[in-house]
Amino acid sequence: MTTRDSRSLEAEEPLLVVQDLKTHFELPAGMVKAVDGVSLTLKKGESLGIVGESGSGKTVLSRSIMRLVVGNNVHSSGSVMFEGRDLMAMKPKKMRDIWGLEIAMIFQDPMTSLNPVVRIGRQVTEHLRKHLGVSKSEARAQGVQLLRSVQIPEADTRFDAFPHELSGGMRQRVSIALALACGPKLLMADEPTTALDVTVQHQILNLLNQQRRERHMGMILVTHDLGVVAGRTDQIAVMYAGKIVEKAPTRNLFANVQHPYTEALLRSIPRTTNRNHTRLSAIAGRPPDLINPPTGCSFSPRCPYAQEKCFKEEPPLEAQWEGGHEKACWFPVGTPENKAAWERNLAARLPQTVAVAEGRLVDESVIDATAANMTGAPG
Amino acid sequence: MAGSGKAHLRDPASTIMRVEDLVVEFPAPRGQKVHAVSGISLDVMQGETLGIVGESGCGKSTTAKAMIQLPRPTSGSVTFKGTELTTLKDEELRQLRTDLQIIFQDPVSSLNPRRKVADVIAEPLKVWGPRDKAVQAEKVNAMLDAVGIDPEISLGKRAHEFSGGQCQRLSIARALVVEPQVIICDEPVSALDVSVQAQILNLLEDLKAEYNLTLVFIAHDLAVVKNISDRVAVMYLGKICEVAESNAMYDNPAHPYTSLLLNSSPEPDPEAVLDETSMEQAELPSPIHPPSGCRFRTRCPRATDVCERVEPELRRVDDDHFVACHFPLVDIGG
Repeated sequence: MTTRDSRSLEAEEPLLVVQDLKTHFELPAGMVKAVDGVSLTLKKGESLGIVGESGSGKTVLSRSIMRLVVGNNVHSSGSVMFEGRDLMAMKPKKMRDIWGLEIAMIFQDPMTSLNPVVRIGRQVTEHLRKHLGVSKSEARAQGVQLLRSVQIPEADTRFDAFPHELSGGMRQRVSIALALACGPKLLMADEPTTALDVTVQHQILNLLNQQRRERHMGMILVTHDLGVVAGRTDQIAVMYAGKIVEKAPTRNLFANVQHPYTEALLRSIPRTTNRNHTRLSAIAGRPPDLINPPTGCSFSPRCPYAQEKCFKEEPPLEAQWEGGHEKACWFPVGTPENKAAWERNLAARLPQTVAVAEGRLVDESVIDATAANMTGAPG
Repeated sequence: MAGSGKAHLRDPASTIMRVEDLVVEFPAPRGQKVHAVSGISLDVMQGETLGIVGESGCGKSTTAKAMIQLPRPTSGSVTFKGTELTTLKDEELRQLRTDLQIIFQDPVSSLNPRRKVADVIAEPLKVWGPRDKAVQAEKVNAMLDAVGIDPEISLGKRAHEFSGGQCQRLSIARALVVEPQVIICDEPVSALDVSVQAQILNLLEDLKAEYNLTLVFIAHDLAVVKNISDRVAVMYLGKICEVAESNAMYDNPAHPYTSLLLNSSPEPDPEAVLDETSMEQAELPSPIHPPSGCRFRTRCPRATDVCERVEPELRRVDDDHFVACHFPLVDIGG
């Protein structure tokens, strides 16, 4: 405890530093590179959104940071420094003192993350009793207070309810109360609102943000929905094929998109502010195979700007200009090189470029064939 | 929220499908009833896309399924081109099935995993289409082409060999192969990633124009519904709150519930103003015991005792804009 206290005085020290984190799963079909070299930094009280489509590795990343990915077939490497302590080097038993107490997690489905046969009150106070040694009556008082703080009405009576007696939104509030019980310094929320209706989603996101501010807590919000993170995070990291392809302060990211994948994602989202029948721009091709990821840039087979270099060499995640805007791309959006690449691809009738330019549907098989052709072709 | 009233219905001669006073109830334990859909009226014109939007449990899917008699509604009338469907005999209804097709939410589970693509798409033709196998095969190939799937590669494959987006395109092909007039799309893009979702929405727009289709499109995502629909109906707890031309509704929502939905909808724009005040939990009342009067009153900031006693009827706000609210957010024009 003393070391932690003295460390928290050093305000400059970041809360979480992840360096080159890799989580690979060994399967009969080969090695699945679910998280493949991710680095990120989170300051105290800051919120980070991790955005990606299904299979991009965003969930495995959040669980790897918490050391929740275990199994004989899991190969992890890299380092996760939490307030100066390396979680990756920690003994699994030691992690128990971190889970719930210092880093807490909220999962997507509150029905399966709560124990169905234990009253919610006991689940909420379990951490208090176990970690902080709070007495039973004191724990009840604190637990009811917690349920109130997440806006559960009649918290006193709900304390003795079972999860099935509550609606989806209320259950998610309970899991938030559970996560907040010991006042963690970092909250990991993995798609916390995906299973909920929009009005409930809105309330839960507001609640999370309010609690984060009040408690000066770091938060990592994992989601597939750019809309969810747009107004509610300080930074956004966009993941594709187990890697971060673009990372920037939120406003910066939206105002100055640099990675073609982020650009494509934003263009494919319908918006309530557009007129009806606005043509959307779909991303051609399929998400990458994580066992045999594409050589070079993993987005290259689907990228309308892809050049020969993209199919051969992997671009590093690097910062350009101001404000910590990082991107992993050889021909970032908005540069003259990018424009030239687009013109060249359009002239060469590259299917994914034509698909974007003319709004046509191109089947996955065509994209795969083109990519195979490009990587196979001599330099 | 009431939603009764027919002010928004148009000339029956110009509509292809018309629903009046549709009621769907399901039995609940202890002799109670779930009031899934309570007396709603809707119509769709030839070539129009009607979007139905609402949160889970509002009865949007039940309404759409009742339109094609899956299952038959408890009461009310559904007409397709002047034919009353609710009183048709099973066999007569079966004959109409080619005109009324449906696409489901989960593309993978709606395709038989054991059958090859060629058989899945050709199945409706075996029942309804030309007897000639060669003509059937030709139609299947043309249909697969239309949804952007190469017949040569795919005919011998099974559903699991395709991605989610491809499977949804296969279900669209299966629905279209019998040349229907109306397609019910029940959350067809909810299970898909955004990039694939865009592809399916574009495809539906293209096919609609090409085959002169009429769509009834159900989704919970407001932006998706606006994008594809000409006219949108907002549902809440088995009732219609608001019906309007899409742009008119999203520009000027008249019902407090529509406004709440729009304010809650996450926009991918960091500059968008967030309403951060809404944190109080508000729950959908039970459809077994729906509130009296306006069904939205328990969550409505504008509710008064009138809303408790009197159920509001749909009335005109603007040209093609109707709302069922005693205290709408816009002035009721003449």
